[in-house]
Amino acid sequence: MDKINRAALELREMDDLAARQSPVHSLHPLAKLVTTIAYILVTVSFGKYDLSGLLTMALYPIILFSVSGISMRTCFYKLRYVLPLVCAVGLFNPFFDKAPILYIGKLGASGGVISMITLMLKGVLCLQASFLLAATTQMDALCAALRKIRVPGMLVTMLLLTYRYISVMVDEVSVMTTAYKLRAPGQKGIHISAWGSFLGQLLLRSMDRADELYVSMQLRGFAGEFQYADVKRAEVRDWLFAILLPAAFILLRYCNVAELLGQLLSRGTGAI
Amino acid sequence: MHMADALLAPAVAATMYVASGTAAGVSIAKLRKDDNPQKLPTMAVAAALVFAGQMINYTIPGTGSSGHMCGGMLLSALLGPYAGFLSMIVILAIQCLFFADGGLMALGANIWNMAFYGCFVGYFLIWRPIIRGGWFRNMETKAALRLKIIIASVIGCIVTLQLGAFSVVLETSLSGITELPFGAFCALMQPIHLAIGLVEGLITSAVLIFVFESRPELLQDVDSVEKGIPNKRSLKTTVIILAAVAVVVGGGLSLLASSNPDGLEWALFGNAEEGYSENMGLDEENFGKESTVADKAASVQEKTSFLPDYAFPESESAVGTTVSGIVGGIMVAGVALLICFLCGFFRKKKPKTA
Repeated sequence: MDKINRAALELREMDDLAARQSPVHSLHPLAKLVTTIAYILVTVSFGKYDLSGLLTMALYPIILFSVSGISMRTCFYKLRYVLPLVCAVGLFNPFFDKAPILYIGKLGASGGVISMITLMLKGVLCLQASFLLAATTQMDALCAALRKIRVPGMLVTMLLLTYRYISVMVDEVSVMTTAYKLRAPGQKGIHISAWGSFLGQLLLRSMDRADELYVSMQLRGFAGEFQYADVKRAEVRDWLFAILLPAAFILLRYCNVAELLGQLLSRGTGAI
Repeated sequence: MHMADALLAPAVAATMYVASGTAAGVSIAKLRKDDNPQKLPTMAVAAALVFAGQMINYTIPGTGSSGHMCGGMLLSALLGPYAGFLSMIVILAIQCLFFADGGLMALGANIWNMAFYGCFVGYFLIWRPIIRGGWFRNMETKAALRLKIIIASVIGCIVTLQLGAFSVVLETSLSGITELPFGAFCALMQPIHLAIGLVEGLITSAVLIFVFESRPELLQDVDSVEKGIPNKRSLKTTVIILAAVAVVVGGGLSLLASSNPDGLEWALFGNAEEGYSENMGLDEENFGKESTVADKAASVQEKTSFLPDYAFPESESAVGTTVSGIVGGIMVAGVALLICFLCGFFRKKKPKTA
């Protein structure tokens, strides 16, 4: 499938996911936003050799994926964008940091290997957290929440307008690309002779369309900013979600539960 | 060039958020002052167009590969730097949220690396001086403008991409993420983006030339030049500005050629005398931790923070710690699986009862 068609599909997929219903979907968008930011901050702040501590942070996305009923597979597919750079950066660590710091039996793992795995895990976890936010929150609700925390109205209105127009543009580009491909079979992309006109034509048409769009918006009473009719009120569970989870993240950050559990278990087996 | 959250330390990410936020604040204030609400839908549509346009593959003649268009330069040439910057922010935010292209915490850094350089440096230091500059005076206005658009797009894309790539290296190194020496990392990133910048510049110029041929009034500064409105800036000033850009970019690139890239590293990360890995942010990271953690937590922490200094411990206790860590990790995974199973169990049951 084409990159552009895939993007259109992905957008629709995200819209569908966000329109579903689950306990996570019904949470206040602001609570989810705060928790996601807290999660990412705590996850990133783990030391570069602190792999066992980081593993416990995987609990949050795993639980949320289950409760919201969203397949984790959808998320892993999205890793293709960010993971290459993370890998490129992390892959060099084993070559520069060779001192063994972990022993499994007699097998030693060097600091570089541990820090590489930690870095990649961080990348995956942070991505899952922001994916969960986007997949369980509708764009309108998210924008209303952003407005509530005083993000400038102009930016939020633009975000919403652009989001609505992206699907139109992506569809249009997709149709154009297909038409071009049918007339130029076997050609990999747009030929140099059409470099300018291909997107240029769409650009000119879109600029005219933007003017018409503005007139129609004005006719419907647009005065510089969207009005959000049903802004959700925060309930007790939203507060609990936004306070307890970040607190739990901080606890996990400073108290290595995996380590403690392991110690408890090893001691138990040792006694036997 | 989109950065993931994992590549940044929270302090660096926060700094970049503040920097990008300030630029966004200035842009919003400028646009409010202009008071042109009609521009808002135009900005949104242009942003959506650039988003979609960046997915078009353009064949590069003579090679088997393809290139893409550069969003920052195109938007600032069409909408001006302030509106262009806001449009780029929106594109990056949507890419981050819906396509997982770049992290939520790294958004501030991504905005800086791609939107700030593309729009502000690209417009004020490259696009405007070149378009308004008195080059090619002996040619007819239209032909001269065409050449200027090509030159401005290509130089603009190359310079802004180089600055962006350099920022990625700087931010990652300051975050203490990679063991890769600063110079080597630069040598990896800059040349790749030099080639990308050249191709992106040519594609962007092709699109802008098309717009210029059919609707020149849509492009910033072009209209005034075409109508013969006198330039505010002389050729001399243009040359001085371009020279300043060259010095800044050259300064960045010269780090590449530096025979002793490690020198900068030592300067950045202190003077630990032990192993190489000691320097790359490790000290910084642990510094914060040790100063804030309570005593009890610190004792637990000590067992888990595998510093290279403690790399050759009397193995028994170390093995014990390691094994317990692994066992603990497996248990956590087990608990997670159990939760998954329970959730799935209840979810599957629900429709039956309903």
